[in-house]
Amino acid sequence: MSLQASRRRRQTLFRHVVVGVIGLFFALPMVAMLEFTTRAPGGGRSLDTWATLLDVGAVERDYPELMTGLIASAGLAVLTVAIMLLLLVPTMTWVRLRLPGLRRTVEFICLLPLTIPAIVLVVGLAPVYAWVTYFFGESSVWLCFAYVVLVLPYAYRALDAGLSAIDVRTLAEAARSLGASWFTVMWRVILPNIRTAVLLSAFLSVALVLGEFTIASLLNRDNLQVAINLLGKRDASISIAVSFAALLVAFLVLFAMSFVGNGRRARRSKES
Amino acid sequence: MADPTLPATAAAPGRSTSRGPTGALLGVLPFFGYTAIFLVTPTLVVVVGAFLDGSNQPTLGNISALTQPQVVSAFVNSVILSAVTAVLGAVFGGLLSYAVATGRPGGLLRRVMTAVCGVLAQFGGVTLAFAFVATVGLQGFVTIWLQKVGIDMDGSTWLFEPTRGLVLVYTYFQIPLMLIVFLPAVDGLRSQWREAAETLGGSTWDYWRHVAGPILAPSFIGALLLLFTNAFSAYATAAALVSQGSPIIPLQIGGALSSEVLLGQENVGKAMALGMVVIVAVVMTLYAVLERRTTRWLGR
Repeated sequence: MSLQASRRRRQTLFRHVVVGVIGLFFALPMVAMLEFTTRAPGGGRSLDTWATLLDVGAVERDYPELMTGLIASAGLAVLTVAIMLLLLVPTMTWVRLRLPGLRRTVEFICLLPLTIPAIVLVVGLAPVYAWVTYFFGESSVWLCFAYVVLVLPYAYRALDAGLSAIDVRTLAEAARSLGASWFTVMWRVILPNIRTAVLLSAFLSVALVLGEFTIASLLNRDNLQVAINLLGKRDASISIAVSFAALLVAFLVLFAMSFVGNGRRARRSKES
Repeated sequence: MADPTLPATAAAPGRSTSRGPTGALLGVLPFFGYTAIFLVTPTLVVVVGAFLDGSNQPTLGNISALTQPQVVSAFVNSVILSAVTAVLGAVFGGLLSYAVATGRPGGLLRRVMTAVCGVLAQFGGVTLAFAFVATVGLQGFVTIWLQKVGIDMDGSTWLFEPTRGLVLVYTYFQIPLMLIVFLPAVDGLRSQWREAAETLGGSTWDYWRHVAGPILAPSFIGALLLLFTNAFSAYATAAALVSQGSPIIPLQIGGALSSEVLLGQENVGKAMALGMVVIVAVVMTLYAVLERRTTRWLGR
């Protein structure tokens, strides 16, 4: 017993030291960002940068590219999540029900983007986007097609875990034998049962889309990250402030997500 | 299952639909169509384009252009940068994972740490570049502070060099990624194993040497490989930081894509991209093999 107690004490000490040191490393650039954005021109502190950022009118007037980027990124996040869910949920359910032989193939395709860096993908996407521009126009929101590919691996894993936790076949057959159409099966039986997984995959996709720079920048489109980068060349203070705000928002989203994930984990551990 | 050539009335009654396998395949058509256009086509454009010249004639010129000194040095820089930051990230991230795993399972430390690491590892990019400009850039917090105590870190270029500044910035997003990838493996260690080792008279060193170490080794090396590809593929951070020259390969590709290229060199960018894919594919294959071994041992 005393052996365990002394080990626990040592573990606690180890935890405090490691988390303390690495936490300090993580925190230092964040503190530096706050310090940098609160510098006053003549020395001393001022909140001018943050006041400008919170004033929508001023941002629209002085930093129009930031507004454009923010709107584009918001649109991209919504469209990407919508297309991703429309594409993946029916396909993955259908493959489980009717084409189990294709499951490996679908998994392989979904995980493929992990081995193709975005910088490589963008090289091949340039000619594809010449066609996208031809059919849909030059708007930045059509980047959503490429972003769906980027989020495939993460969304696939989240949804796959959700679908594995329920008995898709029995649920679907029960609903079908009661006369439900395939649409009803999908919308009212499968979807409510995997809503945690759907939510998780959506969160992950939003985080990824809001942080994406490579493809948008090299295809000459606008999004939040491209705008931050452009601003950096002109006004370091404002771009650092926006960076800090973006990181903070992303943290809050992921922190909220850690509570959403609990239901799934509880169910899975019961299963094993 | 009924013979598919028979009419629908003869289909097995247990089946919930009367459509044949051809009908079932229609259901996956959108998925395969979409990925064919936006995933397979770009990949083929890179792979095929790497072997075509400006007038779409087959050539090996692009591949031999990879031996140009600036391309070779970019590849070498990228590999060194990725390897060094992967090792740093794996070691510190591994320690951090163990520290977090010994805490309370649903505790605040764990929630905050996983959320922080999720942000820093996956959201990073441009925002992290600016975080470091504010920290160790020319007017950075730490730079100014160091100047006050008399240390000049030659801030004008320090941050932008692949062997110095970029190592620091990349490590900053590698440690969090390690936590995300490695934490599940550390969670797989059961406290009973430790107790069993202690009951048999084993010391902490014996436990790590003979029990935990061998069990975690494949996950650790797997995570190390994943970190390598992560750093190797990263573009945004470097693009936002480095404004002159293209010291690493993703920047070379970006430069080839966005600038006017010399005649006969149109597809060199594709050849460089293919080179990246080959390196990443080799590393990821190793990773997949290790992952299979890990799954067998930890029963995940």
